[in-house]
Amino acid sequence: METQKITSNLTPGATSGTIRHLDSGVVLNGRYQTQDIVGLGGMGAVYRARDLHFPKLVKLVAVKEMVNQTRDPGIQRTIIQNFEREANILATLSHSAIPRILDYFSQEDRSYLVMEFINGKNLEEIVIEQGGPISPEMALSWGIELCDVLQFLHAHQPEPIIFRDMKPQNVMLNQHNRLMLVDFGIAKHFEVGQRGTQVGTEGYSPPEQYRGDATPQADVYALGATLHHLLSNRDPRLEAPFSFADRPLRSINPLVPPDLEAVINTALQYNQEDRFMDASVMKEALLMAAKRTGYLGQTSLPAGMGTSLFSEGGLVKPIWVFDCEDEIRGSPTYYKGNLYVGSYDNNLYALNSATGEFIWKFATDGGVVSKPAVQDTQVIVGSEDGRLYSVSTRSGAMIWSYLTNGPIRSSPRIAEGHVFIGSDDGFMHAVNIAAHRRSWRFDAGAMIRSTPHVSDDAVFFGTEEGDFICLDFGGGERWRYRANRAITSSPVVQDGAVFFTSKDWTLFSMDAEKGWMLWRYRLGKASISSPAVSDRLVFVGAIDGSMYAVDTNTGREAWRFQAENQINGGPVVYKESLYFGSVDQNLYCLDYRTGKQRWKFQTEGPITGSPIIFDDIVYFGSLDRKVYALLA
Amino acid sequence: MKTFFRKLFGRSETEMERESRITTAPLDGEQVGALVEERASRLEPEQLIVGAARSVGMQRDHNEDSLFTFTTTIATESYSVPFGLYIVADGMGGHQYGEVASETAVRSMSDHLFRKLYMPVYGMNGQQPEESMQEIFAQGVLEANQAVADKAPGGGTTLTTVVIIGNRMTIAHVGDSRAYAIYKDGRMQLLTRDHSLVKRLEEMGQITPEEAEVHPQKNVLYRALGQSEPFEPDVSTAPVPQPGYVLICSDGLWGLVSDTEMYRLISEAENPHRACQALIDAANQAGGHDNISAILIRLPD
Repeated sequence: METQKITSNLTPGATSGTIRHLDSGVVLNGRYQTQDIVGLGGMGAVYRARDLHFPKLVKLVAVKEMVNQTRDPGIQRTIIQNFEREANILATLSHSAIPRILDYFSQEDRSYLVMEFINGKNLEEIVIEQGGPISPEMALSWGIELCDVLQFLHAHQPEPIIFRDMKPQNVMLNQHNRLMLVDFGIAKHFEVGQRGTQVGTEGYSPPEQYRGDATPQADVYALGATLHHLLSNRDPRLEAPFSFADRPLRSINPLVPPDLEAVINTALQYNQEDRFMDASVMKEALLMAAKRTGYLGQTSLPAGMGTSLFSEGGLVKPIWVFDCEDEIRGSPTYYKGNLYVGSYDNNLYALNSATGEFIWKFATDGGVVSKPAVQDTQVIVGSEDGRLYSVSTRSGAMIWSYLTNGPIRSSPRIAEGHVFIGSDDGFMHAVNIAAHRRSWRFDAGAMIRSTPHVSDDAVFFGTEEGDFICLDFGGGERWRYRANRAITSSPVVQDGAVFFTSKDWTLFSMDAEKGWMLWRYRLGKASISSPAVSDRLVFVGAIDGSMYAVDTNTGREAWRFQAENQINGGPVVYKESLYFGSVDQNLYCLDYRTGKQRWKFQTEGPITGSPIIFDDIVYFGSLDRKVYALLA
Repeated sequence: MKTFFRKLFGRSETEMERESRITTAPLDGEQVGALVEERASRLEPEQLIVGAARSVGMQRDHNEDSLFTFTTTIATESYSVPFGLYIVADGMGGHQYGEVASETAVRSMSDHLFRKLYMPVYGMNGQQPEESMQEIFAQGVLEANQAVADKAPGGGTTLTTVVIIGNRMTIAHVGDSRAYAIYKDGRMQLLTRDHSLVKRLEEMGQITPEEAEVHPQKNVLYRALGQSEPFEPDVSTAPVPQPGYVLICSDGLWGLVSDTEMYRLISEAENPHRACQALIDAANQAGGHDNISAILIRLPD
């Protein structure tokens, strides 16, 4: 049998550029009246047609058309002979998952194969409609069903039949919820030999198929690829060939049980000999996986399936813990051996970072929910009482204060002798530190809870009305962008691009200088988490509980990690790891390149702020009223 | 050439002549070089200097590559930034479909980018486009794909598009043409990924480089315009190499001339036009078995 199978639509030898399809109502071979085109392939169309031999009832058939594209009569004849020989073989196959061949004929430059019409959808359509991966349960049951029919083909005598084109598009689910294999590689005889640069699209076929080998293991690989596509919702034709190993199933879809992932990995082995020997061995493995994961004979998912899949990691013990009088919603700041942290108990605390010992506290008249900033001997912090305070790092005594007309939830940023801070009064304030006086304020028209980012002579921040604003140091507006919902997250600038999220479910990348949108990435839910950037990746959490890693240059997802509840605080990169807290009460540490969990540490309350890391120690607060110090 | 010098020095020929009369002592080559360098760097407004060249090669009888360059300055009341749109497309497929494919792709892509990117930004009511740059680029590639499928059935083409606005560039890429960022310190950073099947097999260790060289599917791309299967183009954005160059070329160049050699030719040439000519000559001397195309953009220092 013909072995080269690069689906190609380039036909340099073709006599005409485009293949003309038949209009509806044409009667073929005096018997089959075409109704509609139900599929298009490189060699022709597939029509739904009515069989006129049954005049009293509407009997539908599928007619596959293959156009003979060579001009050489000798080659034309050979093609037709090969086609007819193979049609004869197919006509003898009897399996519930293989459509029956009813007839075949050739006329003019075309050959036709008449088959049982399948009323249903193919698996590609199903996964697109669903908009997400299919359930592992479904994948197991479909995988077993497909192994069954492949096993039947591979056991064919005198020669095994290799399907060689297993992909979601070629598997249909009929109205009785049974899978059917469609599109046997019979059309390949009509492919014209090619020279020069060609285009071949692949995704599901194994590497050896390009060397001309087609064995049962090729079908095993393609079935693995098909299941991978269905479970990950990532179309392998959009990815580099043979790159499944770069997209571990469970990192994309944590619901996939390890046993099922292992079976698919074996099927997708790069070397033929490392895969299952044939479909029957793969079927055994899938049955085993189904038994072990409890899917077989069970109708619903066992409780806690999703969570038990995460490794608990080693034991993480805090170096010290400090108790405040109320929740800690913001983030600590480290400066010269001291840790400064605000609490909802209205206090700003100074702690010894090595021991967690209390040094002093400073009382404001409102909750302190942001992150303090330090300049030399002054800690600067905003409070929900509307004031910005400067406090002596040594004594905890107030040096000066500055009043805004609304609660402060934004964190101060210090640059060029000024503090920049947003307030619920709708202004961005620039306060001169030496003079303790306002240099300017900018009316943003809405509450500002986003912490400004200051760099390149520019101040960037978002508003609760959804404006993203870039100001110059004089308080003049450079550009603005309007998102559909509030921008609470704090922007970060890297290599001339500014990154921020909005409650409109989007992570944005904009040209920092001119405000052009470079890309936007759709999150699973709203986000108020401030992004972190490192090594061409931007990291951000969302209230869907996901931590996203997105390529800064392409705007494509690199990986995603699922926590058990909202992620509101911004993540932090330190050395090889990414640290962040979640409302699920855990502080997570992941490998930032792969998104694999290294460890997590559970507190007794939700974590809404960001951790900070200094000298291999992670500091963070929790709504359980405690400040923690852990070894990173 | 005169026009070029006028551009380079930003003043008229007569001024230059007048000045030449006052010259008292000849300058040595190094001094002249330094002067040219200094003057070039003082161009106001900042602009891109671009060269482009194309050759049918030594072994082909027709050209299936298409090139496009457009260089200007976007000036508004508050700023002025260089703007450049550059495209290389390498067509394939018999019956002249290769030419039609590459030309169609270039026309379609440039048309789209003018409509969706350049005009909104530069036009009278200079506004930000609604969509992101990457969405505009990806849409452009998909439109070009459709245009190629319609106008050159059976043909295919690569398409590498670079748009420079100010100090940032956005790249859309399909196929095995390439874009490089070239820094003055000799670094040649490849900005694109070849969508070549055999290259992929070689990377995976499935075949050796020697086998790759003679592999029957050596020229098979796993992604190109004109294909019917769905695909997502590679679109990325990055800061421009400043000071430095951006080079866009077809495989007729990079397949025959090494990175080091390309860098040497570019850094030794007096201007981007000459550099492109030198690159093409080098590829032809190395056998020129394919069409050769190159666009070289020099960024403001």
